[in-house]
Amino acid sequence: MDDIHLGALADPARFHDPIDIGSRDTAELVGYLQAMLRIRKVEQKLAVMRRDGSIGGPVHLGVGQEAVAVGVSAHLRKSDRVFGAHRSHSHLLALGSSIRGLFAEVLGKDTGLSRGMGGSMHLWDQPNGFFGSVPIVSGTVPLAVGAGLAAKLRRETDVAVAYFGDGAVEEGSVHESLNLASVMKLPVIFVVENNLFSSHMHISLRQPSDAVSRFAVAHSIPHELIDGNDVVAVAAAAGRLIDSARSGGGPGLLEAVTFRWYGHVDWREDIDVGVNRTTSDLESWRKRDPLARLRQALEKSRAWDPDNYSRINATLDAEIDTAWQQAEADPYPEHSALLDRVYGAGKS
Amino acid sequence: MTAATANQRYNYGTAIRAAFEYLLGNYADTFVIGQGLWSPWYVGNTMTDLDKKFGKERVIDTPVSELGCTGAAVGASLCGMRPIVVHPRIDFMLFAMDPIVNQAAKWSHMVGGQAHPGVTVRAIINRGGEQGAQHSQALHSWFAHIPGLRVVMPATVADARDLLIASVLCCDPVIFMDDRWLYSQEADLPPVVELDLASQRPQVLALGSDLTIAAAGYSVKLAMDLRDALSQRGVSAEVVDIRVLNPFDAMPIVNSVSRTGRLLVIDGGWRTCGLSAEIIAAVSERLPVSALRAPPLRITLPDAPAPTSRVLEKIYYPDLKTILATSSSHFGF
Repeated sequence: MDDIHLGALADPARFHDPIDIGSRDTAELVGYLQAMLRIRKVEQKLAVMRRDGSIGGPVHLGVGQEAVAVGVSAHLRKSDRVFGAHRSHSHLLALGSSIRGLFAEVLGKDTGLSRGMGGSMHLWDQPNGFFGSVPIVSGTVPLAVGAGLAAKLRRETDVAVAYFGDGAVEEGSVHESLNLASVMKLPVIFVVENNLFSSHMHISLRQPSDAVSRFAVAHSIPHELIDGNDVVAVAAAAGRLIDSARSGGGPGLLEAVTFRWYGHVDWREDIDVGVNRTTSDLESWRKRDPLARLRQALEKSRAWDPDNYSRINATLDAEIDTAWQQAEADPYPEHSALLDRVYGAGKS
Repeated sequence: MTAATANQRYNYGTAIRAAFEYLLGNYADTFVIGQGLWSPWYVGNTMTDLDKKFGKERVIDTPVSELGCTGAAVGASLCGMRPIVVHPRIDFMLFAMDPIVNQAAKWSHMVGGQAHPGVTVRAIINRGGEQGAQHSQALHSWFAHIPGLRVVMPATVADARDLLIASVLCCDPVIFMDDRWLYSQEADLPPVVELDLASQRPQVLALGSDLTIAAAGYSVKLAMDLRDALSQRGVSAEVVDIRVLNPFDAMPIVNSVSRTGRLLVIDGGWRTCGLSAEIIAAVSERLPVSALRAPPLRITLPDAPAPTSRVLEKIYYPDLKTILATSSSHFGF
């Protein structure tokens, strides 16, 4: 197991070229591009609004990591069960959740996805398959295992997805979850967004190897280790693992190597507080942009009119502005929400 | 009487088993998960042969992973299942505090009441026998402190069965704590009638006029024994069995004390910030000072971990003799 390392995948000077789209359908690729751009623009809006003080609570932004959720979600259906963590706007939006619902949630409004009770760190949109995200590192990983167990007990073909980061594998809970899912052969997809940093600390200061996949090997779980900024590669690898899980093949682990452009929380780049996070690395990582690399591949293929890009941009900008304005005008929860939502039973 | 309506003899342990049998037999979405479920060594007579009757897929004996298994049960409950996690000792369950306290207890509130983790965590209090500090704890007060958790402590054979069923059928997360010192208690029970857990309250188990004794779980048995002993001295004690510690309804105790004028709390947990403090505070703030004929008294564990040496263990757990002496001296009986 000692020989599992990220190698070139962790080298920010590599993988700057347009991604390999092979003979993939243009409409599918444009769908990925739109989904990634939608996530990026929403998060950039959140960054600005947080910086300007319109948002009162913390937002953990994943700009630069959009390809992971978009690639994985390409194979998910509404009845699957997706669990996220502290940096989960992308996981939610990739399932098609409402931008206004997310904005309203971040602003603590009654129209928010969690009725204004959760904010950025406790998101919920079960109708779209998003069962919840929480900021306790690894907190939802065993919950996703239970969602897989529920599917298996009911003889359903739905899968559970647990998104977490490279820091979470330092929690014992992840290892208990991997073991349980493996020994019970549960349909759970563990998606590790390895962005090399946990809060401020580089993985080399936290683990003896930079590849999380070694834990899949230890627990006899099939895994895929890929460039997480290549949406086509993510979708292909996720598809293989999800198909296997749906057909009774048990869990899979997808390690997607990526990088966040912002710091751990809010809009700053955190060069100064990040241990091993340098300006030059960040600049290099920006060149491994999942969006630009897909866009360039599309343009190179000539199957796509580059003018489409500005049209998509303009449409999204308008949608986001409208959603923000609506969310700002939306009402806050009634004071009664404070006590009424503690328990579910006994309501008249 | 037909067989279906006849009372049946149970002890506290077999009553718990009857609850599992009722749930697994009538509700396809129930399953049980935990360590030792295929072994009487861990769970006494409370789950005998359930795996044989309902299958090992629904009665799941697990790896040594309290956190992982509890979290899995919480996750399954969010998908509409009604899981019961069994922790044969509360001490080991402390590995599972994140899924219980951070996740299950908070989920309904933080997602705006749109999802409820209807998981039941059965935590067994298993103490005595020189087992010591890490095999003995009764942490009901801890859990009762957490908004979002329902905390249930059955003291009677009937409650052992019926409150377990009510806990599992409730859509909220429930900590159900049974005590192995009660497993030999016996009673005749009628057929199951499903109860709504949210409307269960502390209950007056025996009427009296001179003293109110409030207790939960095994301490209720001590309270009843004390009541018998006091009656021989002409003192009439009323026993209130708390049953549900959270959400806590103090009014049955307040009403009792307003009639008796005296309050004794017996608790099998520690003293500081414990259940006994909560009860005395709840009564004190609801009654005029003049309503009490004596200051309230509480009898608890001493604020120390459980010892192993038999000499120390003997003074650690309150018994009838010490309770009788302490309360008689305090109230002048």
